[in-house]
Amino acid sequence: MADRRGSGGRKAFRSRFVPILLGDLALPRYLWRVTELPRLADQNAAVVLPEPFVKWFGEKGWSPRAHQIDLLAKAQAGQSVLLIAPTGAGKTLAGFLPSLTELAVRPRRKPGQARRGIHTLYISPLKALAVDIERNLGKPVEEIGLPVTIETRTGDTPAHKRQRQKLAPPDILLTTPEQLALLIAAGDARRFFEDLRYVVLDELHSLVTSKRGHLLALGLARLRSFVPGLQTIGLSATVAEPDELRRWLVSQNPPGDMAELITVTGGAKPEISILDSEERVPWAGHSARYATPEIYSEIKRHKTTLLFVNTRSQAELLFQELWRVNEDTLPIALHHGSLDVAQRRRVEKAMGENALRAIVATSTLDLGIDWGDVDLVVHVGAPKGASRLAQRIGRANHRMDEPSKAILIPANRFEVLECRAALDANYLGAQDTPPLVNGGLDVLAQHVLGCACGAPFRADDLYQEVRTAAPYAGLDRPTFDRVVDFVATGGYALKNYERYARIRLNKDGLWRVSNPRVAQQYRLNVGTIIEVPALNVRYVKAGSKGAASHGGRVLGKIEEAFLETLTHGDTFMFAGKVLRFEGIRENECFVSNAPGSDAKVPYYGGGKFPLSTYLAEQVRIMLDDPQRWKKLPEQVADWLRFQSDKSMLPKRDDLLIETFPRGNRHYLVAYPFEGRLAHQTLGMLLTRRLDRAGARPLGFVATDYALAIWSLGDMGAMFKARKPSLGALFDQDMLGDDLEAWLADSWLLKRTFRNCALISGLIEKRHPGQEKSGRQVTVSTDLIYDVLRSHEPDHILLQATRADAATGLLDVSRLADMLSRIQGRIMHKALEQISPLAVPIMLEIGKMPVNGEADETLLMDAATLVEEAMGPGMVET
Amino acid sequence: MNFSLARASLTAEADLVGIAGERAVCDPRGVLYFPELKLLAVSDLHLEKGSSLARRGTLIPPYDTGATLLRLQAVISDYQPSIVISLGDSFHDGGGAERMHSSFRERLEALMAGRDWFWVAGNHDPEAPADLPGETVRELAIGSLLFRHEPSKVRVEGEISGHLHPCARIVQQGRSVRRRCFAGDGGRMIMPAFGAYTGSLNVLDSAYAGLFRLETLMAYMLGTERIFAISRSMLRPG
Repeated sequence: MADRRGSGGRKAFRSRFVPILLGDLALPRYLWRVTELPRLADQNAAVVLPEPFVKWFGEKGWSPRAHQIDLLAKAQAGQSVLLIAPTGAGKTLAGFLPSLTELAVRPRRKPGQARRGIHTLYISPLKALAVDIERNLGKPVEEIGLPVTIETRTGDTPAHKRQRQKLAPPDILLTTPEQLALLIAAGDARRFFEDLRYVVLDELHSLVTSKRGHLLALGLARLRSFVPGLQTIGLSATVAEPDELRRWLVSQNPPGDMAELITVTGGAKPEISILDSEERVPWAGHSARYATPEIYSEIKRHKTTLLFVNTRSQAELLFQELWRVNEDTLPIALHHGSLDVAQRRRVEKAMGENALRAIVATSTLDLGIDWGDVDLVVHVGAPKGASRLAQRIGRANHRMDEPSKAILIPANRFEVLECRAALDANYLGAQDTPPLVNGGLDVLAQHVLGCACGAPFRADDLYQEVRTAAPYAGLDRPTFDRVVDFVATGGYALKNYERYARIRLNKDGLWRVSNPRVAQQYRLNVGTIIEVPALNVRYVKAGSKGAASHGGRVLGKIEEAFLETLTHGDTFMFAGKVLRFEGIRENECFVSNAPGSDAKVPYYGGGKFPLSTYLAEQVRIMLDDPQRWKKLPEQVADWLRFQSDKSMLPKRDDLLIETFPRGNRHYLVAYPFEGRLAHQTLGMLLTRRLDRAGARPLGFVATDYALAIWSLGDMGAMFKARKPSLGALFDQDMLGDDLEAWLADSWLLKRTFRNCALISGLIEKRHPGQEKSGRQVTVSTDLIYDVLRSHEPDHILLQATRADAATGLLDVSRLADMLSRIQGRIMHKALEQISPLAVPIMLEIGKMPVNGEADETLLMDAATLVEEAMGPGMVET
Repeated sequence: MNFSLARASLTAEADLVGIAGERAVCDPRGVLYFPELKLLAVSDLHLEKGSSLARRGTLIPPYDTGATLLRLQAVISDYQPSIVISLGDSFHDGGGAERMHSSFRERLEALMAGRDWFWVAGNHDPEAPADLPGETVRELAIGSLLFRHEPSKVRVEGEISGHLHPCARIVQQGRSVRRRCFAGDGGRMIMPAFGAYTGSLNVLDSAYAGLFRLETLMAYMLGTERIFAISRSMLRPG
């Protein structure tokens, strides 16, 4: 493209070193250094940087970075662009530069001229990020003197402001995927977006992997149909498959089309070590309590330490333990998603002001904004994925010449192996972000209704449009039609609901919303984020029933499912305190300070990621190579040597299975290293098969590394006699009928169905003026599920549910890969007693809650107790 | 079916309860059967709840009526009662009977044929169901028993009611089980809801306050093949 707007820009791009960094805006105090600016005059002859920008850069003594200019050039040439760069690389400025430069030279609106619509839409996964950007972008816009208005629109934006935004749209609107869905479903959507030029998508790597991403992709497709020339700019951290994101950003008509790619690499290698503890590393468990004194001394040695853990319970526990040894009363804080928002904001503020020495955090801090001057990242527990580890370590905010510093603290011996593998992977720059999955049909249903709320649509057109969104590129027409039918009348074979249709096909071939109430309901239910039913946790005086002391402080929210397992007087850890459970009243849980500092009930809430496939393979490779054990702590290497003496170690691509008796039971331990979810699914299926074979299995337990099944029958002897053979037992055909049969009754599927039902709009999240409590929703979706499954097992929503469960909770594809890999490669070791490698999983037996299926046994126990107390037979007065 | 076999052996055990001197079987499928009277009581069928919600835009599967009738058919064919009492809220709303698909209506009528069938009026269906046989009553006294939809605040011995959809919850080994239940104290009984889409309310909820003699209150929780009689001290709210 020709140099249209003067040549002032070129002067600023004299090749020179970048002297200072871009201050507030770019947050670039990161690990790499741009040593030399590319010779822009040659490479990007077409770039146009308007005069005010040149002046501003000059005044600041700054110079744009290579990737910022590169992106600008590509955008000005009409391309959509994916920018991949680590945290703090000045991605934000890069993303907005095309918009700002274009807006800077746009002729001013003359009085009487019609108002212009949105020029740039910025979409981020976090409300907080949108607010942050508004602040950071506002400053240079003001300094440069750009005639640009910037506003946010989130769930917190007051109604009058939203109203005003519709009448007088800002040039740049910062918002979330849910708000975009709402804007699209409005009658004036087409007009509102008619001047749209750019959509900037921040933290794209995290958006695309969820149903939120599916909804956003459909929203983008809609925007593209309003404005065919629309350009997208994706900002992402490093991912395994950049091409997936590049396709995601542009219309998939023609199929396979991709956005331009700019990758920023470089930087000092992070300096990561595994804690080589003086203490004994435990066999099992996740607390890493043994390492507390060593962690504490690291905190003392550094300015600010960020401690990452995998679950909320670990966060609570570590926080407690640290304060137990905190003799110097260092300011150590706790941060996780269940805590009260106000408390989280206080911690974030203190962090930003560098007022804290350490902060214990879960994944809530994975995303978003930079936090003060962190000089050490401690990762407690195994990282579960190499990409996750890299991202968390990227949080350490460094001066350019210093590598970021991180210490991994394995909580048990298997985690030592995993940490070692992750460490090697990180140096290799391995990436194991999950592959993208096909778009959810429940999300599509929501979108179809949203489109109808905005304007009448023709099915042919909408189908073509939807297929331009990458997650739906492979959607076939019959499925699309079934989704439309579902939106209209529920899509049931029994055509009972025609008269209640939400959308109707008119004579003109257009689908229209049947009445305004439908649109109202849609607006209240938009989005794909399903809140887990949770109750406020409120402080009261010990022993009070809560009624008299409503004034107590709210500490945060806890999942109802966990609270249900508590009885009055139970103690548990939350918000950095040991609390006593006093009772539940309506939607609040009352707690008091517990005497002492030991909590009775472990709290399992919070996200737990399964081991990534990549890392699992690394662990297997390491086990197979005694040379590499030298890098491991001595006690762990000893443990492996013991194992090869007493039993054997699995070969890289083999599956090791040990059987041994213990007590009056027989045990089978398998070591697939495929992650907890896949093992759980495998456990369910194997117990079914073993039951049929007459082994009388009693239960199983799964970890990220292994699976243990125990039975009354002698499984070792059965395998020896090939009744059944291990090959037959682990045959891939278990993923057929056995999976179907088990799934049908599984609580996992019911939970997944609930999400699909809510997202697809089958049932409502909220009614106008009336909030449904979580429990009522749960009950009714379970009942609906049962009825639907027995009457119409092929219903589109059950289809969506099964697809979800297979990719998510069950990890079926991973299990399938494993089963095919191990064919003919199963090594059976029949032992007289437990092997060293089996100890960790054997210690998990009885410790992990088993979900769902053994209800009747519990009832039986309770009923037996009653019978003992009251005598059998009739209960009569 | 082996289902009825399993129950026959159970009849002698925990699922036989006494209510004001009458013996009744608490069936785990949620019905009450009085062998001496050849009387079957069922409560809160909430037929046509699906279509009732569909009218307001929530298009949940239209199979609840069919599912509920199928289960009702199974218990009726097992017990072959002479008298059937549907204890109110038989239809989810006043127009339910009218909306009911003709195939369901035919199945219901076949079930009713040859028996005395009483529709007790409920708060959802205060009027007689349109074009269906059977007698609609406010309440019904048989021997020492009194059948009505809502339990009365003033205690009446022998009262059998529904309306509240009782369920019970116990916690064992850090795990929680919630099931629909019959709630009884030997003098009165509140039946679980039978309908496919009906929710439930814990017997410890304040809505039950004052209805039972607490020292003899039992929750007969519905298992898949039997009833589990749980005493009040083991019950948990929520």
